[in-house]
Formats: sequence, C-alpha cells, structure tokens
Amino acid sequence: MEQKDYIKDISEIRSIMERSSKFISLSGMSGVFMGLFALAGIGAAYVYLDNGLSLNDEDITRKGSYSKAVTFLVVDAILVIVLALSAAIFFTTRRATQEGITIWDRTAQRLVLNISIPLAAAGIFCLALLYHGFIGLIAPAMLVFYGLALLHASKYTVNQVRYLGIGEIIIGLVASFFISHGLLFWALGFGVLHIMYGIIMYVKYEKK
Amino acid sequence: MKDFISRLNKAFESRVRLGIMSVLMVNDEVDFNTLKETLNISDGNIASHISALEKAGYVHVEKRFIGKKPNTSYSVTKSGKKAFHDHLDALEKLISHK
Repeated sequence: MEQKDYIKDISEIRSIMERSSKFISLSGMSGVFMGLFALAGIGAAYVYLDNGLSLNDEDITRKGSYSKAVTFLVVDAILVIVLALSAAIFFTTRRATQEGITIWDRTAQRLVLNISIPLAAAGIFCLALLYHGFIGLIAPAMLVFYGLALLHASKYTVNQVRYLGIGEIIIGLVASFFISHGLLFWALGFGVLHIMYGIIMYVKYEKK
Repeated sequence: MKDFISRLNKAFESRVRLGIMSVLMVNDEVDFNTLKETLNISDGNIASHISALEKAGYVHVEKRFIGKKPNTSYSVTKSGKKAFHDHLDALEKLISHK
C-alpha cells in the first residue's frame, strides 16, 4: 500500500518536471498543415519558374525576369510562412484548450524565443546569399539552419523535434551538393518531413 | 526497510512540497503565479509550504518590484538540491528493495 504511494510520488515528480520545463502541447496536426502549405508554396514556385521564367526568352531582359522571379518567390515564401504559422498556432491552441493547459506560459515563451534566434540568423544569412547572388545555396542553407534551430529548440519541447531537426540537417547537407534541385529538397524537407512528423505525433499522442 | 524510510526527508513529505521542489529543480527561477498554475493549487496552500521549505533552507525567496507590481520569485538552494536528490534516491531504494 505504502509502496504504491511512493511510486505515485515519483511519477508525479517526473510529470511536473517535464510539464514545467518543456512545452509539450505542440500539435501533430500543425506539422501536417505546415508541410501541406510548404508543398503548395513550392508547387506554385515550380509552376512559376517553369512557365514564367525562361532565361533564354529574348522578349524579357534577363535582369527584368530575374527580379520578377525573386519578388514572386519572396511573396510566395512569406505567404507560406504566415499560413504555416497560423496553422501551428491554431492546432496547438486547440489541443491545449482540449487538455485544459495554459498555452502562452513560460515554457511556450522559452520555446518561441529559442527557435526565433537561430531562425532570424538564418533569414538574414539567406538575404545575404540572395544579395551576393548565391541563389543555389539558399535552399540548402535554409534547410540546414532550420534543422539546427529545431535541434536547439528540442530541449524546450517534445523530444521528437530533435529527430525532425536531424532529418532537416541531412536533407540540407545533401541539397548543398545538388544545388540545381533546390525546390525538390525543399519539398522533401519542409513538406514531406513535416507531414511525416505530424502524422507520427498525431497518431502517437492525440488520436483517441 | 526501516533504514530506508528514515532516510526519507520529512520536509518533503507533503505532495505539494514535492511538487514545488520538482518545479524549482528544472527552472532557474519561478514566480508565484507560474508555480500556482503548474501545480494547480491555492495561494495560501503554496505560501505555507514555501515558507516551510524556506525555513529548512531549501528554497530561496526573492521579493522585488517589476514596475509597481510586487513580484516574488523562488529558486532552489544548493542544500535544497542535495536534499531533494537524496530524497529521490531514498524513494528509489525503497521501491527496488520492496
């Protein structure tokens, strides 16, 4: 009888330690939708680059079409990021409400802060790549930086984010050797990997 | 068996105190409201247990003002860390020795 009490004590201690140091309400569905939005954005870019931008086209000057393409891609990327973030916030809030957990607590703030710093560095670095004209390296750089950001942030949330991060790093590194296939690796890293991660997390923790 | 029980720390006998210590062990510093939300217990309940832990020298209490609002934050002391670890070890041994 007494022993059961001690075991309960220990399991409670473990749960409190985890709850108060890690943000664990991250919803798997947000991963799935982030992946879907990423695939849609990459698809749009693929269609646009294929039809809209042909560098051999003599009607458009090379420079004109180039800057138009960059504008399109930047708008496309911003749209994807906004939609993906909205989905992540929506599904995670929904899950937290269902489980009766406060969403914007210290653990959430710490997670957001710690993922924002490497991502901001990534954004600025990619702008520098764009500025110097190293377009081909942008896709691999984003993947590697994003993977490192996830790896770092995994300390503040569910452990599985760590493996997602390692996956992104590997895809990014492979992509850095095949820079003409940037969009393909983006689709793999930001699309397929997110969806896989999301489905695994959803099935494991949320599906009832 | 008796020996193991005597090694359990009396200061951690209540579940609330164990909870408070668990939160403080994994955070550098925690304020009153965070503690209350995490553990889901009443103000007075926390306050009395905290002061007991403070008296034992396991918890450090820091009162200050953020703007005009008073803010109290808690952190675990070195001896608190050691006492908690010892307590956990004793619990573990108790369980493994049946």
